[in-house]
Amino acid sequence: MPSSTQLVVIGAGPGGYAAAFYAADRGMQVTLVDPEKNPGGVCVYRGCIPSKALLHVAKVIEESAHAADFGVTFKKPTIDLDKLRAFKDKVVGQLTSGAGQVRDMRKITHVQGTAGFRDARTLEITRVDGTTDTLTFEHAIIATGSRPTKIPPLSIDSPRLMDSTGALDLPDVPGSLLVVGGGYIGLELGTVYAALGSRVTVVEMTDGLLPGADRDLVNILARRVEASYEAVLLNTKVVAMKDTGSGVAVTFEGAADPKERTFDRVLVCIGRRPNSAIPGLDRTKVKVDQRGFIVIDESRQTDEPGIYAIGDVAGEPMLAHKASHEGRAAVDAIAGDRNVAFDPAAIPAVVFTDPEIAWAGLTETDAQKQGRKVAVARFPWGASGRAITLGRTDGVTKLVIHPESERVLGVGICGPGAGELISEGVLAIEMGATARDMAMTIHPHPTLSETVMESAEVFFGEATHVYRPKRR
Amino acid sequence: MATDLKLPELGENVAAGDVLRVLVKPGDAITKDQPVLELETDKATIEVPSTLTGTVKSVSVKTGDKVKVGQTLIVVDEGAGAKEEAAAAAEGPKAQPAGAPEEGGLSQEATPAEAPPVPAEQEKAPSRPPARSGQRLPEDEIEPPAPAKRRGEVVDISRAPRAAAAAAQPAPASEGPPPAAAPSVRRVARELGVDIRQVNGTGPGGRITLEDVQGFVRAALSSGGGVAAAPGAAPLPDFAKWGEVERKPMSNIRRKTAEHLGHAWNTVAAVTQHDKADITALEALRKKYGPQAERQGGKLTMTAIALKIAAGALRRFPAFAASIDPQRGQIVYKKYTHVGVAVDTDRGLLVPVIRDVDAKGIFELSAELARLSEKARAGKLSLDEMAGGVFTITNLGGIGGTAFSPIVNWPEVAILGISRGSLEPVFVDGAFQPRLMLPLSLSYDHRLIDGADAARFLRWVAEAFEQPFVLAL
Repeated sequence: MPSSTQLVVIGAGPGGYAAAFYAADRGMQVTLVDPEKNPGGVCVYRGCIPSKALLHVAKVIEESAHAADFGVTFKKPTIDLDKLRAFKDKVVGQLTSGAGQVRDMRKITHVQGTAGFRDARTLEITRVDGTTDTLTFEHAIIATGSRPTKIPPLSIDSPRLMDSTGALDLPDVPGSLLVVGGGYIGLELGTVYAALGSRVTVVEMTDGLLPGADRDLVNILARRVEASYEAVLLNTKVVAMKDTGSGVAVTFEGAADPKERTFDRVLVCIGRRPNSAIPGLDRTKVKVDQRGFIVIDESRQTDEPGIYAIGDVAGEPMLAHKASHEGRAAVDAIAGDRNVAFDPAAIPAVVFTDPEIAWAGLTETDAQKQGRKVAVARFPWGASGRAITLGRTDGVTKLVIHPESERVLGVGICGPGAGELISEGVLAIEMGATARDMAMTIHPHPTLSETVMESAEVFFGEATHVYRPKRR
Repeated sequence: MATDLKLPELGENVAAGDVLRVLVKPGDAITKDQPVLELETDKATIEVPSTLTGTVKSVSVKTGDKVKVGQTLIVVDEGAGAKEEAAAAAEGPKAQPAGAPEEGGLSQEATPAEAPPVPAEQEKAPSRPPARSGQRLPEDEIEPPAPAKRRGEVVDISRAPRAAAAAAQPAPASEGPPPAAAPSVRRVARELGVDIRQVNGTGPGGRITLEDVQGFVRAALSSGGGVAAAPGAAPLPDFAKWGEVERKPMSNIRRKTAEHLGHAWNTVAAVTQHDKADITALEALRKKYGPQAERQGGKLTMTAIALKIAAGALRRFPAFAASIDPQRGQIVYKKYTHVGVAVDTDRGLLVPVIRDVDAKGIFELSAELARLSEKARAGKLSLDEMAGGVFTITNLGGIGGTAFSPIVNWPEVAILGISRGSLEPVFVDGAFQPRLMLPLSLSYDHRLIDGADAARFLRWVAEAFEQPFVLAL
């Protein structure tokens, strides 16, 4: 390990490793500090990627059951949990070792360990083998990410209690599972366990699943979740949990009835907290706000010149793709580019449930909250040929449009593959495309992507497959 | 149902106006936004639009009346027509209800698209931009005589406000759509230091193209305004690192001076020519005639004499009173000899302009210079008194110095700097003689004036100082 480096990146998640790689591509001498052997972070080791591998399996199970409707009947699947776990681990291994290879090709020094600050230009590094060292740096990017939130009533000492990391380890397929938190992580993992055969109950404090997302999109998912889950308890809080030896006895408060239920396992997904408690951070001018996020400027620089912060530790939304783009902005600033800013017009959000929900840009909910006058054009998937062939007509695609300029300000999609479809919407928003542009762009037939084009046609009252003339 | 149409709020500090013309009469069917009368206010002549739809029942005002905000103008019978309008508003997804918040806010600015004749007339209006703040090349001089200035400008207050307001102040992020520009374009804008919200997008839906951003920068640079200062401005270091600092706001005069001279420096291809004039004889005359000038209310200064000499030189070398119009590929020759004189005041540099210098005697010029300098120091100069110069004189001789390089006062093309005269040994008629020598520094715009011409001009000026009678030749 060198004793000094031009740029040190602390944390090798999708923000940190993207920043480190890009910095190396721009000719910097880079040191990466992360406890894992290879880059990947929570996203690849314990988050996005393993959950998607399992969700793919869940989808296969669901579709094979669904196939009975088409006259193809499979036997009830048997689940080899060890093999499933091995598949998931292989996915993770393949991706992280690939990232390790391109890291090495870029001649990036990777120190396996954790870092604290001795001062504003020196790190104290504790390697995973326990040895310590110091590293002086010209620039640093803090990309330490986040971890699952823990709160006292939900933190009993019991092997039956899991967080998202524990759930991805697939200890078993519990007969009954309580998912605490109706956000995207809880719903995704709930979907996996429901497909594997668990009776899943979701409990959510607010009056709906996926707080913050547009209700018209969420309602479609909610209908399906209610059918495939044991129960969805809204306006309900968990106030006590007790491991009875044969299960977890949970006490609810609120709308749920009965108030006492027992589950084989409980999965707590009530949010994530930034990892900003970095040793010695107080020896620098870096500031942390009340919620634990590191305070940064538009170029992602902290109050300590030369030290930047990106990703979950630097603010909402806590999304991998936000982090990696922030990493690029920080590197540009470090490289001395003029007036660097991270200023996306839209950061897409995707919930990989069945159906998927994805949105980007201005949501209808936010438009209402801000009192902005927008036109909303919806295209129901019942009118999409491709959706009908899939037997999935419950979806919807909608555009949020500025009525005078006809510019597309937001896109929302619910349906299988929404996460793939949303990128067109993000590009449209970034490019300042108008509804006319989207309507006039030829989309291949028959695809779900046509719903994006046709929702633009709905805005003009000219959609081919729905009759919704413009009121004049 | 009969409803009163009242005079709406007309904008800042306009509480009343005189009715110029009533545009409707009883029995007329009118619709919302249709102009009902022309009103002349202190600031402009405006058309007052109807906020109602229906039939005019009666007209409560006539031409010449003074009406106040809130006063009834006409009474409208909102009949069937009004209902249709209301129904249409409720039905159409894009229709805005009358008086929707976005409609509010009145401005007196006309948009070119809505009132095309006005800007055209403004161009020809015989008012000149102030010498120190006007960034536009005054071009009226070679145009045919301007029509009499209108008493005001007709603006359409029903449509203009939004566009004008939007142009004047970029909407905050939460209002209206974000700037329609691709990420690559936004990045270029950031690199150039351009606030993307100020750029006018020419694409569909107001999309901002790379060309729009480049055009914005070009326009900002060629106008030389404050906008240009922002893009070029490199970030300042943290001065406080090295010691105590104090920050004070720039005064208005300082800001204008900075903008104007920054622009002049960037625009003019300036060269400075130095020369000396033997004013031994002239100084004797100046002392002799000084008391006479004072009796006429002036002071016979070297600057007053320089004014007269400069006017004579400008008559003989018309290029030095010209301006370049790069847009039209023309040179504008000004056939008048209005000469500016730089005056040092407590509040900063001011340049009053003395009109038709060649038609005035030196005593008259002395008196006028004294009067304008006094006004400048008292802060009482009007914008008109600082506008319209074709050439500038700046005399630092009272303070000292042997030579300097004055900055050409764009859009002028030359400026004469005068330093302190001093006794020097000059070899005359086979011997050194003490002569009073006056250092002269002529900065000129080399785009228009060649070096040889500048040398000839300055030599002529120097000879005029030595032999004032050449003025009469």
